[in-house]
Amino acid sequence: MNKQLQPIVQALQKEFDAQVDEFRDEVHLLVASEHIVSACQKLRDEFGFELLSTMTAVDYWPQDDPRFHVIYQLTSLARNLSLSLRVPVAGNSPAIPTLTGVYKNANWRERELWDMFGIHIEGHPDLRRILMPADWEGHPLRKDYPLGYEEPQFTFNFKEIGLGKPHGKE
Amino acid sequence: MGVEQKLGDMGVVTTTLEQAVNWSRTRAMWPMLFGLACCAIEMMAAQAAHYDMSRFGMELMRPSPRQSDLMIVAGRVSRKMAPVLRRLYDQMADPKWVVAMGDCASCGGVFNNYAVVQGVDEIVPVDIYVAGCPPRPEALINGIMALHAKVGSEKVKNWA
Amino acid sequence: MTQLHEVTMDEIKHLVSDRALAGETVLLNMGPQHPSTHGVLRLLLELDGETVVNCIPDVGFLHTGIEKNMESKTYQQAEVMTDRLDYLNTVGNNLAYCLAVEKLVELDVPPRAQALRVILAELQRLASHLVWLGTSALDVAAMSVFLYCFREREVILDIFELVSGQRMMTTFIRPGGTWRDVPVEFEDAVRNVLETFPKRIDEYEALLTKNPLFLDRTLGIGKVSAEEALQWGVTGPSLRASGPDWDLRKTRPYSGYEQYDFDVPTHTEGDVYARYLVRVQEMRESLKIIRQALDKLPLGPIRSNDHKFVPPPRSEIGVSMEALIHHFKLWTEGFSAPKGAIYSAVESPRGELGVYLESDGGPKPYRVHWRTPSFNNLEVLPVLSKGVLVADLVAIIGSVDIVLGDVDR
Repeated sequence: MNKQLQPIVQALQKEFDAQVDEFRDEVHLLVASEHIVSACQKLRDEFGFELLSTMTAVDYWPQDDPRFHVIYQLTSLARNLSLSLRVPVAGNSPAIPTLTGVYKNANWRERELWDMFGIHIEGHPDLRRILMPADWEGHPLRKDYPLGYEEPQFTFNFKEIGLGKPHGKE
Repeated sequence: MGVEQKLGDMGVVTTTLEQAVNWSRTRAMWPMLFGLACCAIEMMAAQAAHYDMSRFGMELMRPSPRQSDLMIVAGRVSRKMAPVLRRLYDQMADPKWVVAMGDCASCGGVFNNYAVVQGVDEIVPVDIYVAGCPPRPEALINGIMALHAKVGSEKVKNWA
Repeated sequence: MTQLHEVTMDEIKHLVSDRALAGETVLLNMGPQHPSTHGVLRLLLELDGETVVNCIPDVGFLHTGIEKNMESKTYQQAEVMTDRLDYLNTVGNNLAYCLAVEKLVELDVPPRAQALRVILAELQRLASHLVWLGTSALDVAAMSVFLYCFREREVILDIFELVSGQRMMTTFIRPGGTWRDVPVEFEDAVRNVLETFPKRIDEYEALLTKNPLFLDRTLGIGKVSAEEALQWGVTGPSLRASGPDWDLRKTRPYSGYEQYDFDVPTHTEGDVYARYLVRVQEMRESLKIIRQALDKLPLGPIRSNDHKFVPPPRSEIGVSMEALIHHFKLWTEGFSAPKGAIYSAVESPRGELGVYLESDGGPKPYRVHWRTPSFNNLEVLPVLSKGVLVADLVAIIGSVDIVLGDVDR
């Protein structure tokens, strides 16, 4: 682990009971969802992580607890450090607190989480779908959501695929 | 024996109405300035200095569907974009043509998934499909030439 | 086909001012089909006369499901998708993805491949900045710049075609190296770019940098401070125009960028003009990098020798049973990556292009997330466009350099 990162990780471990996981020189901290806002606040104000690089989630379906991991990728420009926080959340319709009070760009990323994974963001100022149409059903990046593969049309099945397809009219 | 043989070399050009209309339709076919994705960049390249589509009377890209004759669907059409695309098509004045540029617009391309319409012909009637991912500007120009040939062979009795 | 969704006032009333609810200001829809939105971006504008009171971007019109689709493909197959994310930075996307895969499976890349990657990535940066310069200059009514920029871009695309056979979607960079070695004509073609390009950049600058019309449209428009830019997650040239010299090529060198001597241009004004200056200077720096990389382009293999991950050369397949087995395994099943998650980022022409890659131990990525710079750079648009005129809004959209494929993925 990076020497500069060690005191930061220790502080978070102590204060928020975070678990440390290292892989390929990257540090992942597992934090409970009730601590995530204060952990990010601390990282930003005390340790200089001024940039929330990205925010995403992973679906571990059919596992139920935790079903999702929400991932926060933080960057410190001044000290050239990276840290990834992971928040495990359970169940089919989970919720996490919003981070928009700490990092403003969490706004769209959280909307994306809601849109793609159906993770409800508590306290979000504008929780609408962002990438899919407003009347879309389901959350596409969940593992139980089908990819939506359609049989391609070739010479041998030209007719049957063509018959099943809608065709635009004048 | 037509009138041109009777008149001889008098500098008079004769033609049929059909040919005259078809000729004028192909020589100033204004495409809609409507790029969706990667192919739009190649469409821009086809418009720019090197490939220069204005050789075919197409230097004017009209941002408004009301003023354009040709819709070049350049790129993948997402489910969110599909109704917008249909509305744009409906707003175009007749006669109008559609070129599906690239694999995604023609058949979905590499994106066989929930988000992409598997071929823009599900939404609007397509006249010419141009293959490629993305097609080279030459391929687009070839597609447009093919469209010109198609328009040139239209018959009066089919004009509605 | 779902129906066209009409936005009702109820849905957006928390985003607009009270005056809009009283009917004093006008709500105007700009896009998704609009000549100045650089793609299928939709902006809902609240206007007081010609002044923008609120700007509400609506994205997703180019959502392609790339992240989901990559999960159903092997690591090698999934690379094809990466080209089509940010279609002005195709080589850069390949590079970001390959670096992520190489980090995940711990694969070393030979020096020649690394140098080739750098050359191609910088050429791509030039091409991307050219499209940006041409289109954003077109937005402020400088038509000739567009024609010049696309003329030069053709030269770069010809080089891509020379090495890979494709103008845009090259997929030339592969996990463990590159697809093939470059042909002998490559060096001359790149030298030609190096020779002609500085003059071309002078030409663009002569047209724009001191042009009073251009200055009027760009100076002091769309200002953002460094703190605010960071709060909104802005990276790349748009951030550097506000002050911080954060460039991943310098701060976290990858692919051997540490060997090359180049500057990171910064400005402090944070307006449209500063963003223009930063990008134009970046083009000159890119040329510097290409020149150095080409001068000391090492000889040697262009792919790793680890045939568990990298296909063996064609000549070996005919004579070695082991090579044949490796080839067969790689192209039927793919390679398996160890269980774990990594985040790896490169500096794209637009900013930090990051790949979050998670593996469950199988031959397909379990989750791929793209941290695309345009997404964050677009999110700041409402802040930049508060109180500007509609005409300036167009200049601002051009200056943050968004690619909608990059935003919507």
